[in-house]
Amino acid sequence: MIYARIAGTGSFLPGEPVSNDDLVARGIDTSDQWIVERTGIRSRHLASADMSASDLAHAASLRALDAAGVAPDDIDLIIVATSTPDCIFPSTAALLQSKLGIRNGAAAFDVQAVCSGFVYGLTIAEKFIRSGSHKRALVVGAEVFSRILDWSDRGTCVLFGDGAGAVVLEAAETPGVLASALHADGSHHPILCVPGGVAAGQIVGDPFLRMDGQAVFKFAVKVLGDVALEVLDQAGMSVEAVDWLIPHQANVRIIQATAKRLGVPMEKVIATVDRHGNTSAASIPLALDLAVRDGRIRAGQRLIVEGVGGGFTWGAVLLQF
Amino acid sequence: MENIEQRVKKIVAEQLGVNESEIKIESSFVDDLGADSLDTVELVMALEEEFECEIPDEEAEKITTVQQAIDYVTAHLKK
Repeated sequence: MIYARIAGTGSFLPGEPVSNDDLVARGIDTSDQWIVERTGIRSRHLASADMSASDLAHAASLRALDAAGVAPDDIDLIIVATSTPDCIFPSTAALLQSKLGIRNGAAAFDVQAVCSGFVYGLTIAEKFIRSGSHKRALVVGAEVFSRILDWSDRGTCVLFGDGAGAVVLEAAETPGVLASALHADGSHHPILCVPGGVAAGQIVGDPFLRMDGQAVFKFAVKVLGDVALEVLDQAGMSVEAVDWLIPHQANVRIIQATAKRLGVPMEKVIATVDRHGNTSAASIPLALDLAVRDGRIRAGQRLIVEGVGGGFTWGAVLLQF
Repeated sequence: MENIEQRVKKIVAEQLGVNESEIKIESSFVDDLGADSLDTVELVMALEEEFECEIPDEEAEKITTVQQAIDYVTAHLKK
């Protein structure tokens, strides 16, 4: 039996933290108190104009490869989860492959599941590895959401940040990934979207992120609770058997409400939204890497990583680290 | 068995972190009990769970006071 386990993690945040007061100083009509009370966000990182998603992915990937003790050419599958790719094509994964200097013919593609993207990518990589077709995958979430924010919409522009996180997932004799579940319900597409597209050399439609915050909140809390229970049920485990819950970092109120519904104390939840904001597909691997490096997450512990995002998409992976 | 009013007040107290004795039937969640927009969403979710019903968003928007919550639940409670 072939299993898949995480061999190393890495992450990257561009530039210095940008505080809520810094946003006010930039002319955004908001306040630190309003943002903190409703979202728990105190700062975020914003990429400079010359940095792209593949640059952030590259920096995070180098750290994950280093942590895993793996050379770039040992990777045979590259999956990048992003909604803010460098360009329409080629994929950010192909650009990352080029930046890493990988010339071994490794498969490379992007996954578009917005804030659930990393969970989608991890689940896909696990199935490739368990099938025996691939041995070592680089799974990355990388975003420059600052590029798709309407800085005149104070209800959304304060919520997001830029960054990247990466893991090396490799074949192993023991798990690894204990259970996973992916879902989508496209009927909810209007409540969180960037509706614009490109045609005839023009942006057609609205190029900025639009969100119905209350509808998203309700949907997110419900499915994050349900999908965590689904993977626990698959593995025949109770929630008490889980050492760490790493939900998508959108809003501390969503995280708290999810933990409460699951009966998980906040001491067992990794929360980085206060420092990172919502980095979409990057939020989970960023939080995972932070907690691995600060010593909270240790070998052998059980984690649930779970995401929810535009589409709507959602999913969870139960891991033995 | 507690009646609907008592059950609604208990949920409001728990969700909004206020003392049950402060909650009057005419209390507005936002104006009197200090709720913000996300608190009211969580409150509706807690009501849905307690009374095993689904409250559509357009109905949920109209529930702004304890009385309105009681009225909604009374009208839609599974018999």
